[in-house]
Amino acid sequence: MSEHIRLKKGLDIPLAGAAPAKIAETVADDLVALKPTDFKALVPKLAVKEGDSVQAGDVLFTDKMHPAVRFCSPCSGVVQQIVRGDKRKLLAVVVKADGEHKSVKFDAVDCSKLDKQAMTEALLERGLWPMIKQRPYGIIANAEDTPKSIFVSAMNTAPLAPDPDFIMDGRLDDLQEGVNALCRLTKGGVHFSMAAAAEAGSAMHNLKGVIFHTFDGPHPAGNVGIQINHISPINKGEIVWTVDLVSLAAMGRCLRTGEFDMTRPVAVTGPAAKEPCYVMGVQGMSLKAIAKYAEEGNVRYVSGDVLTGTNVGAEGFLGFFDSQVTLLEEGDYYELLGWIKPFRLKKFSFSHLYWSWLAGKKKTYKLDTNTNGGPRAFVVSDVYGKVLPMDILPVYLLKACMAKDIEKMENLGIYEVIPEDFALCEFVCPSKIEIQQILSDGIDLMLKEMA
Amino acid sequence: MSALRNTLDKMKPTFSKGGKLSALGSFFDAMETFFFVPKTVTRRGTHIKDSVDLKRTMITVMIALIPVFLFSIYNIGYQMNLAYGYGWGFWMIVWRGFLKILPLYLVSYIVGLFFECMFAQIKGEEVNEGYFVTGFLIPLIMPVNIPLWMLAIAVAFAVVIGKEVFGGTGMNIWNPALLCRAFLFFSYPKMMSGDSVWVAHKIGVDAVSCATPLSEMASGGMSAMSYSPLQMFIGLIPGSVGETSTLCILRGALVLLFTGVGSWKVMLSCVAGGLLAGLLGNVPAYYHLIMGGFAFGCVFMATDPVTSAQTETGKWIYGFLIGAFAVLLRIFNPGYPEGMMLSILLMNTFAPLIDHMVVNGNIRRRLRRAKTV
Repeated sequence: MSEHIRLKKGLDIPLAGAAPAKIAETVADDLVALKPTDFKALVPKLAVKEGDSVQAGDVLFTDKMHPAVRFCSPCSGVVQQIVRGDKRKLLAVVVKADGEHKSVKFDAVDCSKLDKQAMTEALLERGLWPMIKQRPYGIIANAEDTPKSIFVSAMNTAPLAPDPDFIMDGRLDDLQEGVNALCRLTKGGVHFSMAAAAEAGSAMHNLKGVIFHTFDGPHPAGNVGIQINHISPINKGEIVWTVDLVSLAAMGRCLRTGEFDMTRPVAVTGPAAKEPCYVMGVQGMSLKAIAKYAEEGNVRYVSGDVLTGTNVGAEGFLGFFDSQVTLLEEGDYYELLGWIKPFRLKKFSFSHLYWSWLAGKKKTYKLDTNTNGGPRAFVVSDVYGKVLPMDILPVYLLKACMAKDIEKMENLGIYEVIPEDFALCEFVCPSKIEIQQILSDGIDLMLKEMA
Repeated sequence: MSALRNTLDKMKPTFSKGGKLSALGSFFDAMETFFFVPKTVTRRGTHIKDSVDLKRTMITVMIALIPVFLFSIYNIGYQMNLAYGYGWGFWMIVWRGFLKILPLYLVSYIVGLFFECMFAQIKGEEVNEGYFVTGFLIPLIMPVNIPLWMLAIAVAFAVVIGKEVFGGTGMNIWNPALLCRAFLFFSYPKMMSGDSVWVAHKIGVDAVSCATPLSEMASGGMSAMSYSPLQMFIGLIPGSVGETSTLCILRGALVLLFTGVGSWKVMLSCVAGGLLAGLLGNVPAYYHLIMGGFAFGCVFMATDPVTSAQTETGKWIYGFLIGAFAVLLRIFNPGYPEGMMLSILLMNTFAPLIDHMVVNGNIRRRLRRAKTV
């Protein structure tokens, strides 16, 4: 069964610095970090201390609320530092890699023979469970739930996102095993969405046991949340799970071979990348390894894409789910009468108030981190809906979040969205409102009130 | 440029918190951000932002208004010249018109920005650029003879009671410029309507009586009309300062539509509503589009994004009812020859209700979806 869904609303930000499909090098393991802050609402419980030696697949910390959920070291080495923030909040566990790539040897399993209980235990034991996200709220899935269905997006439309076919080259067996595992967890099937343009040429359409969908359209058509909304929207009381493609392959490989192998191609992209490229790296790797690809000057290192990623700094680490680094020039400069200039050809705007909409789709822009204006209240009403291809009224949902009106939030669709789905609304907002933060706070409130 | 920057940097500590003139901090900030796009960078959320901001949005509306503004200057002088038979040449007409309009603008901006800055300072927020446009619009919807002290009171009322008490630009219910006019309309009706307010006075002489097309229509329908449709379209006729020239307003509408700042849905449905209701009148329906403030209100007032309906479906209903009510008021209410102002304010009031129904529709769809599964 295959279904094609065409989305019109959205925006592909023409950002400069896309990576050509070639691996430039394999980054040597150095420092690797696992960050509890990559997971929404996680309260971690530390399982190691500084100086402990670990292998790839050894537990570094667990979920305090669900002790069976384990977070495992992506590489072998010695725990070098436990980074804490205010109120001793655990921010990261940093492992100094020894370069020997020793992994805990798990048993290889045949997923097709396991029932849900056994499958869940296998994933928990191997530290693969945190890869499964739950909607609503975007938190780690609760192993006791049975989801309506599970969604995987093999399409990434975010700015400069890595090409799914390229990074999944040769990983079909791993993906298949991952899919087999997910099929054990739900009765509703595993929905697998691909880009319509890439479908025919992609090895992934050979996957078995999934329900295929194809999408085409500008970002956020590749966001799994948008896809769920069009395939089988989440109603109150329903739960679905999502797994991203890179995690799915890692999951499959671990189940298939027993090796805890978190290596992945990482796209080094962005306007401040000297030479955009892919490097072979590992989950949580230190960004010092890619410093040579960055331009001189004041550069921001973003783990993930430019809309939803985290500013981790040049000394920072790749996020748990990320396989992309975006390098951006910091925009801390004054611009004389910038807002009144008739032409401002180096700046991009979704609106028709500058000329970039006439410049054609091929032109790319070296955008920086300047906010291009100060914060204001919501004034312009029609811009947000133009970049959100869902039957949701973004401003009303956001205002409900700001007013902490739980019933309204529920009615207006808080269960269907996580901040990444509203990222473009934040980008285009002329009032410079921190929309993703408002939504995230709203979700926190729901988590608190609904617990 | 860097000299200006250095001066501002030097002055900044004086106006910042703890500085001698910190009470003027928001005014300084407004001036600084007027000259320079600030160097703030994104902190959380998206790392890059669209280059558009509210300043750009507002300046675009002002650009759209420039032809109207220039035409108003000419028309003020032209009407004076016509009424008193001065025999002025073109530049004299422009000069006298300019002298008439200048005090209106000074009062509008000085009073308005004073209160804007005051409230920004109290709230500790940046001065919102909404008043750029409001202040530009207010003189354009006034009769040219409005006493300046009245204008000052009305502007203060509109900014403080109409906007700031609700939380400033973005939170207000009614269009501040129209509220300003409505305040005068009900407080000093003699200065706002009738036949004697439209032509600038000559000192020491009684006011010139000069009927607008609307008052002619109200008094006797088609037979009383002394203006041709072309005259009304071009706009060299008596009326509020900026409302007369449909031609210039149309050019402004094109700018708003091209840039997407004004909602085409509101404009189109407003015209449709006006035409439909106009069928009931005693002049051809299209007359209503070129008479009085219909075109100006439709293009520059009804489309105000804050006070119009916020939902896309709501905009159709909102615009249509504005057009229809405005013309119905003109036709059936002998007390008010013009209905546009009241119609827009009425629909501003009901816009949240329209949106409420549209939002409920969205909620119902979501609930129904849950039931069918």
